[in-house]
Amino acid sequence: MATEYASSGEYIKHHLQNLTYGQLPPGFERHDAHGNVEVLQQATWTFAHGAEEVKAMGFWSINVDSMLFSIGLGLIFLFLFRMAAKKATTGVPSGLQNFVEWVIEFIDTSVRGSFSHRNALVAPLALTVFMWVFLMNAMDLLPVDWLPFAATMAGVPYLKVVPSTDPNVTFGMSLSIFVLVLYYSVKMKGAGGFFSELAFQPFPKFLFPVNLLLEGVGLIAKPISLSLRLFGNMYAGEMIFILIALMFGGGWVLAVFGGALQWAWAVFHILIITLQAFIFMTLTIVYLDMAHAEHH
Amino acid sequence: MNFNATLIGQSITFIFFVWFCMKFVWPPIMNALETRKKQIADGLAAADRGKHELELAAKKAGDNMRDAKAQAAEVIAQAEKRAAQIIEEAKLAAKEEGDRQLAAAQANIAQETNRARESLREQVAGLAVAGAEKILRREVNAQTHADLLGQLKAEL
Repeated sequence: MATEYASSGEYIKHHLQNLTYGQLPPGFERHDAHGNVEVLQQATWTFAHGAEEVKAMGFWSINVDSMLFSIGLGLIFLFLFRMAAKKATTGVPSGLQNFVEWVIEFIDTSVRGSFSHRNALVAPLALTVFMWVFLMNAMDLLPVDWLPFAATMAGVPYLKVVPSTDPNVTFGMSLSIFVLVLYYSVKMKGAGGFFSELAFQPFPKFLFPVNLLLEGVGLIAKPISLSLRLFGNMYAGEMIFILIALMFGGGWVLAVFGGALQWAWAVFHILIITLQAFIFMTLTIVYLDMAHAEHH
Repeated sequence: MNFNATLIGQSITFIFFVWFCMKFVWPPIMNALETRKKQIADGLAAADRGKHELELAAKKAGDNMRDAKAQAAEVIAQAEKRAAQIIEEAKLAAKEEGDRQLAAAQANIAQETNRARESLREQVAGLAVAGAEKILRREVNAQTHADLLGQLKAEL
């Protein structure tokens, strides 16, 4: 399928472009595929074609594909687990309930292992993080061209199927968690306690600007590293899938070799997607545990 | 990496998902798990108790059995003792009766013997007196010699 594109560069670019809906400012010059230029007379709501247009749309635009896929996957997760929860019996569990219980016990064990305080929010939060991230990552295992190709046939110009390769998605989660961390830090230690934790250690009190800088960077690094780790891993993994997919256009020898490579990378990726989901969940628990803990 | 309103949308979605999970997914499943855990623990405890009770009952049954055996043995021993006693008593009574009858027979015999001897003595004495009378008829006065004759009679 790579052969449909003018160059492999364009193919890659196309695959890394979100389906963004936003407003183009008046006077914007749109270039279509045939090199024609259209100057917009007024502000126009439309889907972005190419990175330039995405940039021009600014903050108030939305990645429709990321939203649809992430919400869809989240609903699948909630639907399955809600079904199991509704039918949950204390007797011998059947297929779905068995699986759901297995996941929940795994999460519960992780939470009990890393979180030493009482908070009814943390375990469901960890479950949501794990399952949602896992499902979003798992979209990576679909061959990179299937859904975008189908979308192109249906007239949708761009489609990025792995929501966790969109930094908006990972930051959306990590920033929400960061807000929770701040909230529980203040709730558990009081505003003063939280401030003194940031300002009066590790160095003596008179060095508080240095302390504040160090601890502040440490604090802010938490959500950023959390989301960038997931984003970076999934983005890089997706990129390799795309590069492998390029080989399918290079004659049958390369295609067979590419097929083998894709299979191998997909198998390896099963490990990565699970691991990344697990890391994201564990760090969420650990950060919240740190927010609850009193330092002295 | 360009950020746009997706960030906000994702945050809202995430918060909603977590809320839903916390409200409708986690508690019922956790409840079911806890309840089952308790049921299993109870079941195991009950099984243990049942086993213990069975052991006790078996022990009690054994005890009862042993007691009954001992009782039966005692009863048999007593019965045997009693039987022996009865036999002894019967033997004793029979011997006594025999002795008594023997003694009575012997006494009877002795009496008969004495009586026979008396009558014999009477007859011998009569014979002797009669003989003497015949011899002495003439010379002897019965009245004068009556003492002598009586004496003789006593001697015989």
